[in-house]
Amino acid sequence: MRLRTAILAAGIAAIALPAFAQEKVQIQWWHAMGGELGAKLEEIATAFNATQNEYTVVPVYKGSYPETLTAAIAAFRAGEQPAIVQVFEVGTGTMMAAKGAVYPVYKLMADQGEAFDPAGFLGPVVGYYSDTEGNILSMPFNSSTPIMYYNKNAFEKAGLDPEVAPRTWAEVEEFSKKITESGAAKCGFTTGWVSWVQLENLSAIHDRPYGTLENGFGGLGTEFTFAGDVQVKHWENLKRWADEGIFQYGGPVGGNDAPPKFYSGECAIYMNSSASRAGVVNNAKDFEVGFAPLPFYDDVTAEPKNSIIGGATLWVLNGRKDEEYKGAAKFFTYLSQPEVQADWHQFTGYLPITNAAYDLGTSQGYYEKTPGSDVAIKQITRGTPSANSKGIRFGNLAQVRDVIDSEFEALLSGQKSARDALESAVRRGNEILREFEASNG
Amino acid sequence: MQTKRTIFPEKGLPYLLVAPQLIVTAVFFLWPAAQAIWTSFRREDPFGLNTTFVGLANYRRLFTNGEWLHSLSLTAVFAVSVTLLSMLTALALALAANRVLRGSRVYTTLLVWPYAVAPVVAGVLWWFLFNPTIGILSYLLSGLGIAWNHRVNGNHAMILVVLAASWKQVSYNFLFFLAALQSVPKSLVEAAAIDGAGPFRRMRDIVLPLISPTTFFLLIVNINYAMFDTFPIIDATTSGGPAGATNILVYKVYADGFLGLNLGSSSAQSVVLMLIVIALTFLQFRYVERKVQY
Repeated sequence: MRLRTAILAAGIAAIALPAFAQEKVQIQWWHAMGGELGAKLEEIATAFNATQNEYTVVPVYKGSYPETLTAAIAAFRAGEQPAIVQVFEVGTGTMMAAKGAVYPVYKLMADQGEAFDPAGFLGPVVGYYSDTEGNILSMPFNSSTPIMYYNKNAFEKAGLDPEVAPRTWAEVEEFSKKITESGAAKCGFTTGWVSWVQLENLSAIHDRPYGTLENGFGGLGTEFTFAGDVQVKHWENLKRWADEGIFQYGGPVGGNDAPPKFYSGECAIYMNSSASRAGVVNNAKDFEVGFAPLPFYDDVTAEPKNSIIGGATLWVLNGRKDEEYKGAAKFFTYLSQPEVQADWHQFTGYLPITNAAYDLGTSQGYYEKTPGSDVAIKQITRGTPSANSKGIRFGNLAQVRDVIDSEFEALLSGQKSARDALESAVRRGNEILREFEASNG
Repeated sequence: MQTKRTIFPEKGLPYLLVAPQLIVTAVFFLWPAAQAIWTSFRREDPFGLNTTFVGLANYRRLFTNGEWLHSLSLTAVFAVSVTLLSMLTALALALAANRVLRGSRVYTTLLVWPYAVAPVVAGVLWWFLFNPTIGILSYLLSGLGIAWNHRVNGNHAMILVVLAASWKQVSYNFLFFLAALQSVPKSLVEAAAIDGAGPFRRMRDIVLPLISPTTFFLLIVNINYAMFDTFPIIDATTSGGPAGATNILVYKVYADGFLGLNLGSSSAQSVVLMLIVIALTFLQFRYVERKVQY
């Protein structure tokens, strides 16, 4: 009899024990970081998992940014959503409008009793992801801003001072001409993300509105206004420069053809996200790279405003179990630690999200040792942000950017003038906004 | 004439036997198609939280939208070009392979190879050959004074996707044409030759009419191929650009629905696409088939 009980007890224990052992709550984290960024991200998750034994954050790579967003939405509709999903800044308007689907981060942190101080984060980053009352809706993770990279060797070959980057667009033109005429490079400059760099940031830097109602922060009834004089003039210039051969187009969306043009030495100047820095440094084998803020038109403004951000944040989705949210909140606290932030920022070229992470980098002497690493942060924090430079917020922005790309291509191929292209983009963009307003109103 | 009919003594068995096919059709075609029709009458946000019934508004917007009409005409150009190019090339190759006395199997095998290539790979292959910066073909073209750039020039992009889509389909057409040509009775061709008909005449009056069933079949298959199966090629090469120059209907359905998250409009587009294909197939069987000699 005794033996039997013992066996029974052992049996129960055998069944129950593994259950105890794997009592850790799993938290799904869908992300869009491939390659080296993905490896670094998994490192962060592993490090967090090692700090405690209640929760396991499971990072799952879901492809590109649009693919990740689509996957999360499809999963939400099927009731299989992850607790945390990384959404790019373009999807912000869509996520903010989906009130029933999103668990706002400020609320999550308050509900779970985790300390969370918005004031500790960089102003431009917080502003971009807060609602009208100033509550942070998603957890800033990887934010970037476009900067200018240039080939110092090509500058030298063209008889330019390699330590002096073009400051204004007039100088970009002048330098590019010298570079192409001297044969130092085949083309002057190229750019990634035409919509983000050559339109959204252009508007912010020159303090021109991108849309009505404070660039869309004021509500869904917003309309685009980016066909203004500065933008038209800039696009006219880009077209002229493309015809003269000093500017080369790198393709739609992110502009996949742009980085190889710079890496191979074909183009001497390259404008793209500050997060491209790791890639640029790795790939620019035959020349030295210089870093500088984006150029501006000095006949339009003497004091360029701050640039605006890109990158992604982490959104928490509704409909998971409470203990998962507890873990998610703990994970976010871990992510905000200066050491974690500074490490991620210094490895990737993304902005330090918190002031503490920036201070830590300064005290480590990182910015002195690594030239160009603070160009992005200085550019995004310069001056006082105006309503035009604090960011943009529009629904279906990914679609609008596609429209902008296609109008830009129509401009380059000579089908449309700069004004026609931009006005047509505004008109088509507004249709998309009305559609978004109707389905979310 | 006797018709062969198998009578099942039991009622259940025949249904059981066709059940797998019916279930597959219902689950993978009828059900999604019904959902598409249902969604096309509604407007909803991506997450499916707010849904409103809007009747035919999604359709109305399509037909008044210049962009969609543009995409429709592009699709017509694309489908006709791909069908003509791939069928004519395949016919020429089949005629040549049919005349070869030695080694025809080697030629046949080589010509069938592209069919084994996945559409995405086919697309990327041509995209590389024509790449403005590193492509060998664009390099050769620049020697002829043509500045090839499918990133900017819409016509170039269209030529690129037509070439890639046709190249892949030539093998399939070739196989069918070759089989059809081999089944043309030699005696007829020889008799015509004795009567003094030249090669062109023999081709026009004997061979083409005799292979017309195959041609007709391939016509349907190719148009359907160009309208639906070319999605991966577009996706992998031009993504519908530049300036929407290769944004054919099937790609637009994807772009609006899965990238733009506008499900109502995307569903309406897919329903229209479905109707177009039904209409085309109907027309072909109803009118073209009459002229076909079996």
